[in-house]
Amino acid sequence: MRISKTLYLFFIPGFLLYFIFFIYPTASALFYSFTDWDGLSENFRYVGFENYERAFTGDSVFAKVFVNNLQFMFTVVVLQTLVALAFAILLVKNTKTNVFFRALYFFPTILSSVSVAFIWAFIYDPTFGILNSFLESAGLGAYTLGWLGDASIAIYCLAITQVWFHAGQMLIIFVAGLQSIPEDLYEVARIEGASKWQTFKSVTWPLLAPSATIVVAYTTIQSFKAFDLVFAMTGGGPNNATEIIATYIYEVAFRSYEFGYASAISVLFMIIIGIITYLQFKALRSDRVSY
Amino acid sequence: MLRRFPVIVYALLIIIPLIVVVLTSMKTIQQTFQNPLGVPEEGLQFENYVTLFEESNMAGYFMNSVIVTLFSVFFTLLFSAMIAFGITMLNNRLGSVIFAIFLLGMMVPAQVSMVPLYSLVLDLGLTNSLLGLILVNISVTLPIAVFILTGFMKTLPKELIEAAVIDGAGNWKVFARVVVPLSLPSMSAAAIFLSVIHWNDLLYPLLFVTDDTYVTLPLALLQFQGQYSTNYPMLFTGVIIASLPMVIAYVFLQRFFVAGITAGAMKG
Repeated sequence: MRISKTLYLFFIPGFLLYFIFFIYPTASALFYSFTDWDGLSENFRYVGFENYERAFTGDSVFAKVFVNNLQFMFTVVVLQTLVALAFAILLVKNTKTNVFFRALYFFPTILSSVSVAFIWAFIYDPTFGILNSFLESAGLGAYTLGWLGDASIAIYCLAITQVWFHAGQMLIIFVAGLQSIPEDLYEVARIEGASKWQTFKSVTWPLLAPSATIVVAYTTIQSFKAFDLVFAMTGGGPNNATEIIATYIYEVAFRSYEFGYASAISVLFMIIIGIITYLQFKALRSDRVSY
Repeated sequence: MLRRFPVIVYALLIIIPLIVVVLTSMKTIQQTFQNPLGVPEEGLQFENYVTLFEESNMAGYFMNSVIVTLFSVFFTLLFSAMIAFGITMLNNRLGSVIFAIFLLGMMVPAQVSMVPLYSLVLDLGLTNSLLGLILVNISVTLPIAVFILTGFMKTLPKELIEAAVIDGAGNWKVFARVVVPLSLPSMSAAAIFLSVIHWNDLLYPLLFVTDDTYVTLPLALLQFQGQYSTNYPMLFTGVIIASLPMVIAYVFLQRFFVAGITAGAMKG
């Protein structure tokens, strides 16, 4: 086919916006990360790798934030993947009730993070929250906790909220994956006299690997980006216990006006996500089989 | 029956908080403190809804969200469809390079560029304007939309496009009369995916809007938290008003929502 010149016009509006509001700011984050810019004044100095040195050696909060983010990520990835997979297996057949339950589980995904944050703030509220009220009425009053107010468990409380928020979406991906596994393979397993666990291990799981890759990769990225939820639910508190990288960038840039340092953390953030995504795809790809 | 038990328990974990939200929005704060889960003897009332509309610019926030979402979704779809069409028609290395450039954008989290993006929007005089929000929204969701639509357009039968070209149709005509109508299934899935993102976005209003005139619903909710603190009846009234359009749409278009949001996730 001959390509006429007007075809190039199709790229212009999108490319222009993408360049101005995405590529340019992302690239300038790299530039500002080598400066001491405060975000307001005209003047700033080139400071070399000072900001990066500070992130690695001079900032105990950043170290804590990084660990928080990893704790949040691991909890969400493990819990969300297990919950989604377990219920996908239970709800795999397209019966009317199963379709209803899947739609119900999916429901929280359409809410805004701020709404979900409020709902769960009420659940976790130490004085009249649903969770403590429930524990007390069940005679488990001894187990009531401060939840989000308790620095040692707050990040896990947030992780559970994140799972409630998004597991339904991952469940749908697993259901699609399970439904694409050919029925004859199960037939063969049955004839060979394989147990349920053996069938899962040698038929379902290997053929589910592509879906699992998507779920794990997506959940990981999502857990790094949980800015809205954390910001609205705890604001990073108590005592930075729930601060994650994304909220810390906001904090450093817009509360202490250290744009240069915030840019350096942003660049590190991008590198961390890049490495994790790469490692996951490598690890999960090796499990793949063809049939 | 044993299989059903966990399914029902998880369903309750979703339903009970939602019911509590609806009930609480129809209670006073005293009634909520006394009995967080129950229905008060005095019965339920809609006082909080009236108060919220009186005490805040709720109608305005709602309109802002509607305008920002409609324009952001429409132009993201239009521009990404044009790019996907361009990539499909080029069908060469340049097309792949353009595709890769957009793919890169999908991997970079929005928070990475929020600092320089803020100063850019400030320099352009686009803070405190709906236009600023719309332009940034389009730019940020363009990559994922390009990805979804390119994937779909590449599967369209080449013969149809070639036939149109042989008949002397220019690029615009092929785009508007052939490719877009054939791509409607994936475009509507993308539209739903984008609506949910844009309707619920908090980050950009938080960064760019300080003037009450331009506040959208998620930011308004966050400000209610400052205003009403732990007055959950008022907060939940806000939550319900802010969620209502998406909830209604979900009830009627459920299948498309699941397909649309999952397509976005699979490819994101």
